[in-house]
Amino acid sequence: MLHYLLKRLLSLAVSLVVASLVIFLALEVVPGDPAAYMLGINAQEDTLAALREELGLNGSVVERYLSWAGGLLQGDFGTSYTYRTPVAEMIGERLWISLPLALYALTLSTLIAFPAGIWAASKRGSPVDVTVMGVTQLGVAIPNFWFAMLMVLVFAINLRWFSAGGFVGWDAGFLLAMKSLTLPAIALALPQASILARVMRSSLLDTLSEDFIRTARAKGLSKRQALWRHALRNALIPVLTIIGLQFSFLLAGAIIIENVFFLPGLGRLVFQSISARDLIVVESVVMLLVFAVIVVNFLVDLAYAIVDPRLRGRR
Amino acid sequence: MSLLKIEKLNLSIHGSQILHDVSMQVAPGQILGVIGESGSGKSMSAFAAMQLLPNGATCEGQVTVAGQDVLALSETQLCQMRGRDVGMVFQEPMTALNPIRTIGDQVAETILIHENVSKAEALERAAEALARAELPQDRFPLSRYPFELSGGQRQRVVIAMAIALRPKLLIADEPTTALDVTTQAQILELLKRLVAEDQMGLMLISHDLAVVADLADEIVIMQKGRVVESGPAATLFRDMQHPYSKALLAASTHVPDREGAAQDQPLLSVRDVVREYTLHANGWLGKTSKLKAVKGVSFDIRKGESLGLVGESGCGKSTLTRAILGLEEVQGGEILLDGQPVFSGKKPNRAVRRRMQVVFQDPYGSFNPRWKVSRLICEPMHLLDQPPKAQALQDAMVEAMESVGLTADDLDKYIHEFSGGQRQRIAIARALIIKPDLIILDEAVSALDVSVRAQVLDLLADLSDRFGLTYLFISHDLSVVRSITDRVLVMKSGEIVEQGETQAVFDAPQHDYTKELIAAAPVLPADVA
Repeated sequence: MLHYLLKRLLSLAVSLVVASLVIFLALEVVPGDPAAYMLGINAQEDTLAALREELGLNGSVVERYLSWAGGLLQGDFGTSYTYRTPVAEMIGERLWISLPLALYALTLSTLIAFPAGIWAASKRGSPVDVTVMGVTQLGVAIPNFWFAMLMVLVFAINLRWFSAGGFVGWDAGFLLAMKSLTLPAIALALPQASILARVMRSSLLDTLSEDFIRTARAKGLSKRQALWRHALRNALIPVLTIIGLQFSFLLAGAIIIENVFFLPGLGRLVFQSISARDLIVVESVVMLLVFAVIVVNFLVDLAYAIVDPRLRGRR
Repeated sequence: MSLLKIEKLNLSIHGSQILHDVSMQVAPGQILGVIGESGSGKSMSAFAAMQLLPNGATCEGQVTVAGQDVLALSETQLCQMRGRDVGMVFQEPMTALNPIRTIGDQVAETILIHENVSKAEALERAAEALARAELPQDRFPLSRYPFELSGGQRQRVVIAMAIALRPKLLIADEPTTALDVTTQAQILELLKRLVAEDQMGLMLISHDLAVVADLADEIVIMQKGRVVESGPAATLFRDMQHPYSKALLAASTHVPDREGAAQDQPLLSVRDVVREYTLHANGWLGKTSKLKAVKGVSFDIRKGESLGLVGESGCGKSTLTRAILGLEEVQGGEILLDGQPVFSGKKPNRAVRRRMQVVFQDPYGSFNPRWKVSRLICEPMHLLDQPPKAQALQDAMVEAMESVGLTADDLDKYIHEFSGGQRQRIAIARALIIKPDLIILDEAVSALDVSVRAQVLDLLADLSDRFGLTYLFISHDLSVVRSITDRVLVMKSGEIVEQGETQAVFDAPQHDYTKELIAAAPVLPADVA
């Protein structure tokens, strides 16, 4: 197990270094002079020089990468060119919305998908199964921004249970803050839950047709017992993979939903900084997202090992 | 009183009838052998006794297990019966256990499901059951996972699970079909001992007449969902009445007619071949170790000869096959076909490669299901520098199909439209189409029913006579090798421990391992075979 853990940790570190190199090269080296890019084509030569000085662009590529990466390690993400505030601070604020939103949506999607998938699989071919498959098909097909607008129309404008957008802030209290994240979380969770439920169902059906389920039944376990005791854990591996992918997507891919609900999250930050050509913010947010994806994958790898003893290695 | 009594059982699944008026019974301490080919309904009879039938199955007739009318029991009562009154052992030990739970856990579960005992006590009794199945605690602790055990050991775990509560009846469905002969002999011995110790009844299902003949007291022969013949094992084989039983017996002892015109000069020479694999290092600082799968093997196959290669799983015979086919580079020695190396300059030698073809074991998995037969059998054509086109190609395809007993019409079909035996014929046609000198038959008849196997063996014998083919016949099945080869090699742990004329080796084996193999192979009573 320790060996497995060390191997995963090493792979995590290598992935991070490679990702940071790629991001650095793609954003700072390949397009040419970052200062010229940020200021546009009409910039004066002296403003460019000043910006280069400010951004530390006069050193060699290697020096620049090392100072950038070194800064990241110490939590120094640089200063935003457009907002003139430390990027770390900006990201910190946004993260306090995006991270809880992603977790909230993921929890919702898991809570919906697991029972739906298990229920459908245990009653294969029944009306329950047909209904779950039909509804999830719709859930995958409906664009989430459209569903988000529909919910705003129903729950915010007509019923007035929720506000139509914005975030009250964590200072307003946990419950109120969560309440203002509820509609976006549902909008994000719906397609994810649909996909996850379908994966759960098919994975469970595959496992239920395995020989060891027949062995369990021959021991005297009922269908239900065989499902809960033998099939479920075996069926989890593909489901965990999807959950890992979904979390990464939820963290970064909420741009549209954040725009629909006027949430000042990471997605909007990236969007705005790209429009404003604020390279420093873009670079940092992208790096942060990559970091999150890699860490989540590491956690998924650990979860595999907990579920499946074969990955822990022979003793 | 009989433990299991099946009387006039009719079973249909979604309206199509699978079993017709099946009757059989098992008494305490008795072994009932059920013989039949695939689709004969032998497994379905067993599942009917357990009431573990596919959805849409309906039973009529009577099934009594230990005095209970099984067809009248509720699902809850059936769950109480399964595992407590009847234990079951299955064919495929590699997949019959839950891969992510320990063996102790899985054996203890049988006890916990049926009896109100503490987990600790259940585990203690699980250890006892495992010990009875000859998996002692000092070497196979309860905390082992299935993936840490071999096939034979896993089958013992399944047996321990089935006998943990000392059921009155044990059903074993092809329990040794997936195992090597020596392991098979041990497992059969174990089953026999457990039956005697507990006065259990055993329903032993097999396609292998010899396995059943060795062990059973009573025998039932099934065909297409009907019992065609039944009686005491001691007399049944000598006094068979039904034509199907006779055909089955004839097929399982079938020896194809061969002229066997082996010439003197060698076609394939294998010289001191070594094949090593580098194993993954244990930890970063650990040294990488090498696994020698083939350790300096040498032999010749003469032109027109049929050479057998026997050995148990893991002995290196598949590795050797891949090396001969030039699929992998060898680390030492050389392999020459008619004096030319099969592997040259880091890649297979095409000029040699086109002169040999291979037929694999699995008639289901070795074809692309989305291709028509015409495309499938033309696959080896890419080895030719100038593959035939148009009419020449069509002629070649038709010739190949007709030489294996199929027709030109079959070229337009897909592979799922054929039976297992027909698929194996198509695999042979695919090998024949570029007119090779050497065909490697890698367990080519092992997955086939005995009567189909006999037909395919006849076909192979006929083809070698007609086209002067040379065969390398790889199999774990000694009786097949005995019936179709001129010479035989016995392989163990990457080495050839014995070689010689097939008849001589089987009649007077020299090496201890060969003796062990031959002794372990189940045989029909001498006066029948």
